[in-house]
Amino acid sequence: MPNFEFTDHTADIGIIAYGNSVEEVFVNAAYGMFSLIADFEKVAEVIGHQVVAEAPDQEELLVTWLNELLYLFDAEGLIFSRFEIVELRQHYVRAMAYGEKVDPSRHNLKTQVKAATYHQLKLEKGDEFSARIILDI
Amino acid sequence: MSSWRERLKKIDDYRWEIETSYKPGMRVPGLLYADEHMLEQIIGEEQSPEQVANVAFLPGIVGKSLAMPDIHWGYGFPIGGVAATRVDDGVISPGGVGFDINCGVRLLTTNLMEKDVRPRIEEIIGQLFASIPSGMGSGGRIRVKGKEMDRVLRDGARWAVEKGYGDQEDLEFTEENGCLKAADPDQVSEKARKRGIPQLGTLGSGNHFLEIQMVDEIYDEVAAGVFGVHRAGQVVILIHTGSRGFGHQVCDDYLKTMGLAVRKYGIELPDRQLACAPVKSPEGQAYLAAMACVANYAWANRQCITHWTREALSGIFGRSPRELGLRQVYDVAHNIAKIEKHAVDGKGLLVCVHRKGATRAFPAGHPDVPDAYKDVGQPVLIPGDMGRYSYVAVGTQRAMEETFGSTCHGAGRVQSRSKARRDLSASDVADELRAKGITFQVASRSALVEEASQAYKDVSEVVQVADGAGISRKVFKARPIGVIKG
Repeated sequence: MPNFEFTDHTADIGIIAYGNSVEEVFVNAAYGMFSLIADFEKVAEVIGHQVVAEAPDQEELLVTWLNELLYLFDAEGLIFSRFEIVELRQHYVRAMAYGEKVDPSRHNLKTQVKAATYHQLKLEKGDEFSARIILDI
Repeated sequence: MSSWRERLKKIDDYRWEIETSYKPGMRVPGLLYADEHMLEQIIGEEQSPEQVANVAFLPGIVGKSLAMPDIHWGYGFPIGGVAATRVDDGVISPGGVGFDINCGVRLLTTNLMEKDVRPRIEEIIGQLFASIPSGMGSGGRIRVKGKEMDRVLRDGARWAVEKGYGDQEDLEFTEENGCLKAADPDQVSEKARKRGIPQLGTLGSGNHFLEIQMVDEIYDEVAAGVFGVHRAGQVVILIHTGSRGFGHQVCDDYLKTMGLAVRKYGIELPDRQLACAPVKSPEGQAYLAAMACVANYAWANRQCITHWTREALSGIFGRSPRELGLRQVYDVAHNIAKIEKHAVDGKGLLVCVHRKGATRAFPAGHPDVPDAYKDVGQPVLIPGDMGRYSYVAVGTQRAMEETFGSTCHGAGRVQSRSKARRDLSASDVADELRAKGITFQVASRSALVEEASQAYKDVSEVVQVADGAGISRKVFKARPIGVIKG
């Protein structure tokens, strides 16, 4: 089960994503974001799209990864319901995102996410891994 | 939480200072515009005064780190933040502009009265909703290809007018005539283009809207008259939108560039969302050129929407836009950075003014104010929430002296979107709007709830503080009778 929760901000929304590994945190953050955008359980797995992102450190990589997915949503009209991290390093992530073309009549588009931000960004290891990302909406 | 109460130094009923001693590293003091009541709200949201203090760290900042009365928490800079940095040795920060670059507002007047429009408002709203692509995932009616996109980015609203969307006169009544000349399309990524092309000529979602309003109360008859507003009941049209995904992508691209620049130039910042580069550095210049492209795109966007609005009304009333008096009063940017000359310590200085959720408010006689308005000043358009009212104000000399010619931009949220969704139901919000005589069409039910009046500050308080502080002066108030929203 995707493991994430939302935190309230007056103008924006925060996601806290959990996982037993950094890979899982990346995946859960993406689930969190797409669950805001649409009813992603209604999204069929029709296509697989490779996603590659690079950043100076792993925290920023998480933001870059989410923004890459937003780019695909906005520019290519793709919406995803499942993510697989193929390779994750400190500065680099390669993943597969599965989903289909956006169909406003079926996907119940809810919130436009402008971007994942660097504000108060945190990726931490405690009992498990967790990350906090604030989305500008 | 309440410790901000003691930290803020009261200057007068509308001004509160954060002294540089609050945090080592602040180069200038912070200044918040608020009255007692509003201050409670601002302090309640602990982080926004902290963000005002953080902005004061920016190299080259002059004057004060300013917070307009509608300040609320933002990423890096607060929304409602204004900061001017020296062009010579200061920095430019994409966080001081925001993701929705040149999100802004445009106002049109008409010679129609409420009685002319009310009986046909359902038809008008239906037609506008059909004509103007709104909501998430909505594609534009315009498809520009290849080099054409470069022209949009270079020429802004002028591109649209040359394509037949509107009149030459519209440009005269647009901030910067709808075109920042620093635009260089080569500084815009392929990704941003791909995101921007399908969204040109769309209203978008969130707080963006088009409203048919009626003038409710006039405070300054002379200025209102100059702007073409003569009596209560007159119908005006307010359009609020920005640069859509194009701006978000450019902002994101340059936050990365600036993240590296901060390391390269050894700039120390309390928050990485404030990432910046010297204005004169290659990174700073590239951002300015790209941001100008986005600003131009947004002006072209509002220009196209203006044209379709005229078309729709013209069709419904069977009269030409000119016969309907569909004249553009003004178009202002709310999220932008501009190179402007301001008096600092008694001398003229070239500065980069970041306005993030703030409106330029130039006074009467300023050379950048259209000739027709030179005796009264630049119109300042301040949208409120869809259930209440919006304001038009005018810039002042005091704004020139204190805020680099800037004032407030809107209501600002008091309630998060998720709280609004929890507390309110779409059918209740719809009933409330209908009870107020407001006809609406929204692309999504969640927008209806998230944008309910209850989720926003009362914009009249914001405008009152700006007026009381003298950084803008109220001209008239208008309230919606028809709304379309994404």
